[in-house]
Amino acid sequence: MENNASYVLKTRNLKAYYILDDLGKKKTVKAVDDVNLEIRKNEIYGIAGESGCGKTTLMKTLYALLKPPLRLIDGKVLYYRDGEEMDIYALDNEERRKLRWEYIAYIPQGAMSIFNPVLKIKETYRDFLDSHLSGKTRDEIFEIAREHIRQLGLPLKVLDSYPHQLSGGMRQRVAIALAALLKPAVIFADEPTTALDVVVQRGVVQLLNEIQDGLENTIILVTHDMGIHANITDRLAIMYAGKIIEEGNTDEIFDNPLHPYTKYLINSLPRFGDRGSRVSAPGNPPSLANLPGGCSFHPRCPHKMDICEKKIPELNDQGNGHKAACWLLNGGEGKDEGTS
Amino acid sequence: MKALLEVKQVSKEFVIGNILSREKILAVDQVSFEIKASEIFTLAGESGCGKTTMARMILGFEEPTAGEIMYSKEGPKGEKKVWFTQGFQAIFQNPFETFNPLRKVDSYLFETVFNYKLAADRDEAIGLIDSKLRSVGLSYDEVSGKYPSEFSGGQLQRISIARALLTDPALLIADEPVSMVDASIRMSIVNLFKSLKEDLGMSILYITHDLATAYYLGGQIAIMFRGNIMEMGNVEKVLMEPKHPYTKLLRESIPEADPSRRWKDKITITELEHEEYLRKGCKFAGRCPEVMEKCKAQAPETVIVDDVYVKCHLYCSA
Ligand SMILES: Nc1ncnc2c1ncn2[C@@H]1O[C@H](COP(=O)(O)OP(=O)(O)OP(=O)(O)O)[C@@H](O)[C@H]1O
Ligand SMILES: Nc1ncnc2c1ncn2[C@@H]1O[C@H](COP(=O)(O)OP(=O)(O)OP(=O)(O)O)[C@@H](O)[C@H]1O
Ligand SMILES: [Mg+2]
Ligand SMILES: [Mg+2]
Repeated sequence: MENNASYVLKTRNLKAYYILDDLGKKKTVKAVDDVNLEIRKNEIYGIAGESGCGKTTLMKTLYALLKPPLRLIDGKVLYYRDGEEMDIYALDNEERRKLRWEYIAYIPQGAMSIFNPVLKIKETYRDFLDSHLSGKTRDEIFEIAREHIRQLGLPLKVLDSYPHQLSGGMRQRVAIALAALLKPAVIFADEPTTALDVVVQRGVVQLLNEIQDGLENTIILVTHDMGIHANITDRLAIMYAGKIIEEGNTDEIFDNPLHPYTKYLINSLPRFGDRGSRVSAPGNPPSLANLPGGCSFHPRCPHKMDICEKKIPELNDQGNGHKAACWLLNGGEGKDEGTS
Repeated sequence: MKALLEVKQVSKEFVIGNILSREKILAVDQVSFEIKASEIFTLAGESGCGKTTMARMILGFEEPTAGEIMYSKEGPKGEKKVWFTQGFQAIFQNPFETFNPLRKVDSYLFETVFNYKLAADRDEAIGLIDSKLRSVGLSYDEVSGKYPSEFSGGQLQRISIARALLTDPALLIADEPVSMVDASIRMSIVNLFKSLKEDLGMSILYITHDLATAYYLGGQIAIMFRGNIMEMGNVEKVLMEPKHPYTKLLRESIPEADPSRRWKDKITITELEHEEYLRKGCKFAGRCPEVMEKCKAQAPETVIVDDVYVKCHLYCSA
């Protein structure tokens, strides 16, 4: 087996589907479909993709937060801690609880609206620390909270505020700060900048960068905003219809996108200083409950070939660790549709 | 060319706070601009700067506290009353709020057609609806009989644009029409605006904080901050050679889709929105990297520098 020392998280053929009962008919939404990730220590790893492609579902699956109708269908989520491999779905509840927040922390989509409205921010800090650090007095806990807020450059007055007294951007930054409190090795941040104002977005990115610099940990950042990815991530995965279809260094992906979908995504972005016309991918993304056969992008793809309708291309290395899943490139053996 | 819409020294005052501490803010403070026929005019600025308030006054939902809003007498149907209902149409930020989830989407389109008496019978109405849906890349067959939940956000936004087009408005007012949708859908809507202007000669008031799409669309732009227009002029000039320190900050804060241009400098976010509104001199003085003593005491005049309107002491002589 290869050396795992530089990795914090790997997945193997991960599949998580929503199994729904639609008027007596079984409906399967393939939101995470055969995902293989290898995420390193000390990197900001981005996951991009259109709304509804499965990004949030993937985060929940990595964090083992599955609730019906979402089910783990197949595959493994492996974390590496002090040279030890841990399968999160094989842990008992106590071990999993310890892993969460102390080793991996999750900032859910819309985190800024999850604060308890009747508690001051410092009370939220206390609840949080109480359940993870025992034997500290109230004053010691508030001192830890103050020190933490100060280190991250947030105004101390937030601690004495109620959530509704803070702007959305400030609440979002407090949610991020809380996730970083126990110095986790991995932080999952789902759309932390979406719905925030431009200048405030920049403040959030700055905070994430500071945390990562300070802790030298891993941040997994999910957003559909390619500008944010370009600004902060080291490596980037492009998700389409439940699958990772391209992955590589962020610079590489922006300079030399390989998959036709990624090409549309990157080339359609408006750029200052060049007002040339930009075209986005034709058509609409497929329903995850009724995916087309073969490569899911084929109905929208200008380069469609016969094989694209029949077999799913593998996510293969196309050189220098830049991976893509497309029959125009090295698509490997491929998988027949319906094998899943 | 004559202006389609003229906004002259318009202000809007709101009273905020409770009975114990009432404060007045000028959500829009002596704003002037005009929109010409077949022109895209962008109103940009961060959250809470007064963009929606300005749009609501143009639409007649809100009375200005001071100033005047004038609509061209040569609107599509002549007199002001008709101009008010047919001359312009608006679309809003959240397409999911525009449509009631329990009502079929096409019923909204029929409603508009019959309210404005745009068609004599159902067949004629379907023909008109289909042609407008086609101009946004959809068709009547794709939409008919379906509920909002059966569409994506981008599709719903395009349907609400099709509905706005039914009356052949001279001006489309679009308040943050793309802020809820992702990059690929965003570009299809922005491209649609481009063709509405180029092919139909429509004018568009595009309200956004996304300067990258504003730049792509071209035309004129006004940068607003706490009720004031800080800089206004041609998009190319304002965004490529920003003069006002606030325009510079806003421009640098757009995350560009280019990893070789990552942010390096740090910014400070301190003051609260209404504290900035209540500031005496220039509203931006609390965050401005080039702030001077006089900025804190006195609001600057608007001056013209290189064909661009700028409201900043750096450009006021003496
Ligand atoms: N509870 C649920 N039951 C059934 N289907 C669901 C459920 N939650 C999500 N889905 C579906 O699963 C797919 C993936 O959803 P997910 O929220 O993971 O997407 P996303 O990429 O995070 O989108 P966004 O960018 O809008 O946040 C979508 O098609 C969605 O409709
Ligand atoms: N009816 C009202 N009563 C009191 N204050 C108001 C009212 N409407 C708006 N305001 C205030 O006026 C200011 C400008 O608000 P406005 O909604 O016009 O901003 P905006 O630029 O559209 O912001 P956003 O980007 O968040 O949509 C804000 O401080 C807002 O709180
Ligand atoms: Mg999501
Ligand atoms: Mg608004």
